[in-house]
Amino acid sequence: MTKVKTLDDLIRLRDELRTKLELREKGEHPEQLIQVKVAMATCGIASGAKEVMDYFIDELPKRNIAAVVTQTGCMGYCYAEPTIEVTLPGKEPVVFGYVNKEKADEIIEKYLKAGELVDGIIPQTFKKPN
Amino acid sequence: MANYKMHVLVCGGTGCKTSESDMIAHNLRSALAQHGLSDEVQVVMSGCFGFCEKGPIVKVLPDNIFYVSVKPADATTIVEEHIIKGRPVQHLLYNDPVTGEKITESRKMDFYQQQYRIALRNCGFIDPENIDEAIARDAYQALGKVLTQMTPQEVIDIIKRSGLRGRGGAGFPTGLKWEIASKVPGDEKYVVCNADEGDPGAFMDRSILEGDPHSVLEAMAICGYCIGASQGLIYIRAEYPLAIERLKIAIKQAREYGLLGNNIMGTGFNFDISLCYGAGAFVCGEETALIHSMEGHRGEPTFKPPFPAEKGYKGKPTNVNNVETFANVPAIILNGAEWFASIGTEKSKGTKVFALAGKINNVGLIEVPMGTKLRTVINDIGGGIKNNKKFKAVQIGGPSGGFLTEKHLDTPIDYDSLTEAGSMMGSGGMIVMDESDCMVAMAKFYLDFTVEESCGKCAPCRIGNKRLDEILAKITEGKGTEEDLALLRNLGQVIKDTSLCMLGGSSPNPVLSTLEHFYDEYLAHVRDHRCPAGQCKALVHYYIDPEQCVGCTACARACPVNAIAGERKKPHVIDQLICIKCGTCVEKCKFNAVLVQ
Repeated sequence: MTKVKTLDDLIRLRDELRTKLELREKGEHPEQLIQVKVAMATCGIASGAKEVMDYFIDELPKRNIAAVVTQTGCMGYCYAEPTIEVTLPGKEPVVFGYVNKEKADEIIEKYLKAGELVDGIIPQTFKKPN
Repeated sequence: MANYKMHVLVCGGTGCKTSESDMIAHNLRSALAQHGLSDEVQVVMSGCFGFCEKGPIVKVLPDNIFYVSVKPADATTIVEEHIIKGRPVQHLLYNDPVTGEKITESRKMDFYQQQYRIALRNCGFIDPENIDEAIARDAYQALGKVLTQMTPQEVIDIIKRSGLRGRGGAGFPTGLKWEIASKVPGDEKYVVCNADEGDPGAFMDRSILEGDPHSVLEAMAICGYCIGASQGLIYIRAEYPLAIERLKIAIKQAREYGLLGNNIMGTGFNFDISLCYGAGAFVCGEETALIHSMEGHRGEPTFKPPFPAEKGYKGKPTNVNNVETFANVPAIILNGAEWFASIGTEKSKGTKVFALAGKINNVGLIEVPMGTKLRTVINDIGGGIKNNKKFKAVQIGGPSGGFLTEKHLDTPIDYDSLTEAGSMMGSGGMIVMDESDCMVAMAKFYLDFTVEESCGKCAPCRIGNKRLDEILAKITEGKGTEEDLALLRNLGQVIKDTSLCMLGGSSPNPVLSTLEHFYDEYLAHVRDHRCPAGQCKALVHYYIDPEQCVGCTACARACPVNAIAGERKKPHVIDQLICIKCGTCVEKCKFNAVLVQ
């Protein structure tokens, strides 16, 4: 049983517990954070999108990157699955294809951290209403 | 421990629970388990989101998708479409009534845009039955700060400087109240939380207790430290079973964590809280009556002074504050008096929670900065009047408050402006009326409530209100005279001046304020024996316009007393002797042929 014996105990406990709610806090203001959307339709999942998503969820906090990782539907680039869409705050979304763990690592290190583009970008070939 | 990728919040407030939100959560959990996602998606029963009109609410994070009017059967769709495939379920999104577009995120809804949540900061965000989630959101940090770094007087000074005033209705400065209680000598003092929310249509305090009980427990302990009390009591009506249940869980968890009990955080400060159930009498919201009820006596008020601060529960110095008042305290301690004082108007600081109800599109629970205009609350947050009808009046402050009209819509919501306009802040019930509401009947509705709830101790309230009620009944039956109107005014004033407590002292307000603002309507009742809104049954007649009637027989088939006769495809006629004036025919007629006069 956690007994809070001092204020420091309470502060420590709060900081520990905070990570559990981080997801909710972040969800309130996603546009201020890096957003990573993993295409998780049948094609994506079959190609390993789930592992890639898990990789982002595990790795980003370890590398101290505040980001929101969500899933999305098929983006249409089934040939290049797993695909992810990354939006840096204030920038246009960029779609990467053939993302495995190694590629994910490269994207985190280069694009997420430094804004440096890496190979594997799929140019947006369609328009969306508004 | 599971590493959740998504959180699904399901509203667990009383309103949404009534609409089977329990089942929604249960179905979500089983659908997730079926797809092997139990360790990846967390389902949380949270407190009230406030948007009760479109409940039950389900919110998915971090996508921040806000679903409305969710049914238990929708759970599978949410899991299979949204959670697995990442496609928000279109038919569960909120439709913006103005643009007609689907809105995915709650913060883009008009309902939430103008709100500022302090007392409701954790409602609809955390699981109220899990102290860990409250702690993650800074619960008990203010208590820790107070106990380790501040003297009681310093805390009282912060509360005084913040400008916090009692949210129960009267608006007495909270810091001053604490200071008075702290200065009265006594080795045994009590902190009481008044959770006897009794206004018809009000559910602010219930929602806070259901959604974030720890905020109140923490504030009571802070108050205990300030005034020198080690015992807290929450007086809550037994008709709030969910709030009681959640309070019990919260108290138990806080004790287990050592946040209530002896030697809290190693500071030597002892404080514990117990619950005390009320039977739901309106008068027990009055602090002296509340204390008598807690002591096991009849819930009757006594004359003040002596104030509870000197002679309260068991004759000991007692500080009584309302739920919402307490809920503000931890935020003030953590963010500072200046922060709180920067919100609101000159004399009314901070925010106020209101329960919006009546003929308004977005019935729900809202929190707005003091000074927000009534128009903003009703038209923007409330989404305007139902069925495109015309706004007529808004009743604030429950049976003790008054009616405000069109011309008051630009009144800023604060203690003094509302009082000046002839109403009062009250605890936060806000009931909106449209053109089809008869003001005489509304005044009578509130007075009926007071007559029922009067404790009967003093004559003005017991007898006076009964007489007022009888005169109103006479008027709504079409037997009133103009002299009656003068009598209403006179008698109302006498009751106000001579009643023992504020229940009687404010009970004629609905009558007096409708007389003031809707005198024409009273005159129509007594002079022309006519009810302009068509609500007073004795004064209206239903008849069918032969020009408009096509003889579809819809009304005749729907009439519960078979008062409508006529041949198919020929105009129908209502037999006035049989008609019970229920209005069903008006609802059924598609040709506006049924007239009310």
